[in-house]
Amino acid sequence: MKPKIAVHKFSSCDGCQLAFLNAGEQLLTLSELVDIVHFVEAGPVAPDEQVDIAFVEGSITTPHDVERIQRIRSQSHYLITIGACATAGGVQALRNLVDGQQWINAVYASPQYIASLATSTPIAAHVKVDLELWGCPVNTRQVMAAVRALLFGVVPEIRRDSVCMECKREGNVCVLVAKGQPCMGPVTQTGCGALCPHFGRDCYACYGPAENINTPALVNRFAGLGLLPEEIARRFLTINNAAPAFVDAARSVQP
Amino acid sequence: MSEERRIEIHVPALARVEGEGALNLVIEDGRIAELKLRIYEPPRLFEKLLEGRGYHEVADLVARICGICPVAYQMSAVQALEAILGLDPGPWVRAMRRVFYCGEWIESHSLHIHLLAAPDFFGCDNVTELAKRYPNEVRRGLRLQALGNDLIRLFGARSVHPVGARVGGFYHAPSMNEVVTLREKLRAALPEALALLQWTASLSLPASEQPFTSVALRHADEYPLNEGRIVSSRGLDIASEEYEQHFVEQQVPHSTALHSLLDGAPYLVGPLARINLNFERLPKEVQAALRATGITWPSANMYHSIVARAAEIYYALGEAVRLLENYSLPAAPYVEATARAGVGVGASEAPRGLLWHRYELDPAGQVVSARIVPPTSQNQARIEADLHAALMSWGFAHSDEVLRARSEQIIRNYDPCISCATHFLDLRVQRR
Ligand code: SF4
Repeated sequence: MKPKIAVHKFSSCDGCQLAFLNAGEQLLTLSELVDIVHFVEAGPVAPDEQVDIAFVEGSITTPHDVERIQRIRSQSHYLITIGACATAGGVQALRNLVDGQQWINAVYASPQYIASLATSTPIAAHVKVDLELWGCPVNTRQVMAAVRALLFGVVPEIRRDSVCMECKREGNVCVLVAKGQPCMGPVTQTGCGALCPHFGRDCYACYGPAENINTPALVNRFAGLGLLPEEIARRFLTINNAAPAFVDAARSVQP
Repeated sequence: MSEERRIEIHVPALARVEGEGALNLVIEDGRIAELKLRIYEPPRLFEKLLEGRGYHEVADLVARICGICPVAYQMSAVQALEAILGLDPGPWVRAMRRVFYCGEWIESHSLHIHLLAAPDFFGCDNVTELAKRYPNEVRRGLRLQALGNDLIRLFGARSVHPVGARVGGFYHAPSMNEVVTLREKLRAALPEALALLQWTASLSLPASEQPFTSVALRHADEYPLNEGRIVSSRGLDIASEEYEQHFVEQQVPHSTALHSLLDGAPYLVGPLARINLNFERLPKEVQAALRATGITWPSANMYHSIVARAAEIYYALGEAVRLLENYSLPAAPYVEATARAGVGVGASEAPRGLLWHRYELDPAGQVVSARIVPPTSQNQARIEADLHAALMSWGFAHSDEVLRARSEQIIRNYDPCISCATHFLDLRVQRR
């Protein structure tokens, strides 16, 4: 029997699912190798089926989400979060830092019709996650590598060193040193291909925190570039604003 | 079928739409007692999370509203902000933004036609099944989709949430070599795009005409992407700054997307509305190909939207080739901005239709307030009106399964991107 795969969506932009939908020929090959039983945007709908691998995109933001993720966990052998939303709460977790309900009241005239929690939380805050794929968005290489490894029964290996290291390997000009830009590369996980520095701009940490990072050193560096404390905090509070290492760094400058 | 019979169907998800939603249908004595397109994509509150952010942070943040059309969000935003900052990025940036946007139209439209819409016309559940029966057509579609992605990557480094766009222009100008290589691939694909257009017109598209108002941008001499006045098929002709005086968003209890109305009535945005209002702005070869389909343009048949999408792929490929024909490297790919306070609007044509943004900045260039009106919330009232009229004229003497499939197909004509506004459609039919 072919292994069964499901792709589930919670609060998100659908961008991470595109790692599959933009994969072209690879998507057709994948559907030969595995049985994609649930993937609403692509067509198959069987949200309650037992699967070998469940990919989860999006963060938990409604009371219904809280129940749904428990069900998904119980019916999935291996659960993989894809992207910043599922792995760290996403950009929409910025509401956690303020009064989320107040934001809802500001956008909707009749907020009582909106079933939304005041917070946006990652999947791991609710259930056990077997593998986290970071990125906003994750790319096809990341998701296919995970599937391939699991098909061979091995745990996929993920590099957690920094974008900065990747930049050095590629021989990019350092935008922090050469241009004085507040680049997040020294503290951000690799995986994107160091795209921003390659384009001559500062990394904005869409792949989340790298392993063993020194955020105080980067905070000092940014201050040395002339950034105000709130500007430094905002550098950490973007796409992965609820990742603990980034929250701590932001609090250190703006308590 | 007895009208007294009361049936409740609960289908857990409407597949092949981008987003989460549901349709409630109550049929009573052979009439529709209730028809509600419920969108319950949980709100991500972007308009609030932008407050306090610097103008230079906005393009990377608004991209995250929608993974399928991030370029659109970036383009409407940077133009609104440039209006406030008094920036004119010049002709190179203007032309390359069009090319960048063409990439997104090609990618998004190809994805919709092949992965989401076409399976309906052949009784397939998804693209994998369709690919078994029509391997050549599906692979042609996937190739076009990949070319769209390549074009976005040329200016954005990646196709989802590209990192190249900024207020004032682009962070990076692609090299001559990269441009020439991709341009020739695009040129070589023109016959494939034309064949796709002909293929979509050959599908058995139901005849279903309804009176509706089309709304789109119109530019003095170009097919609209980034610029133009907002016009309608009923004579509206306004500057994008006047949008709020004519279009009103309303909250309805069954949806997290706000319903938008033009002078109190539903309207259509998107590829079919654009072609209806801008046919003569298309290059001769695209016009000729559209006429050769036998369809009369403008069209009041929403099933023709798939043909309109294919025509826009053909157009966008040609337009990108044209604009890259005499590519030269700019002195700088952007102009520098200085912060200042003010209010500005930006309107552009996202793959799914008009996308309107308004920002207010403080003197330090930080966002005081933001308002974003995505295409899907504009189409939502029109989708309900379409379903209502289409189901009334089609009658209810069909099984619930058939009614559901038909409703889904109608909804898919609009290519609703529910994540933008607001995913899952589940349909409940009640007959009383
Ligand atoms: S992580 Fe980013 S790309 Fe993925 S769903 Fe969330 S917002 Fe979209």
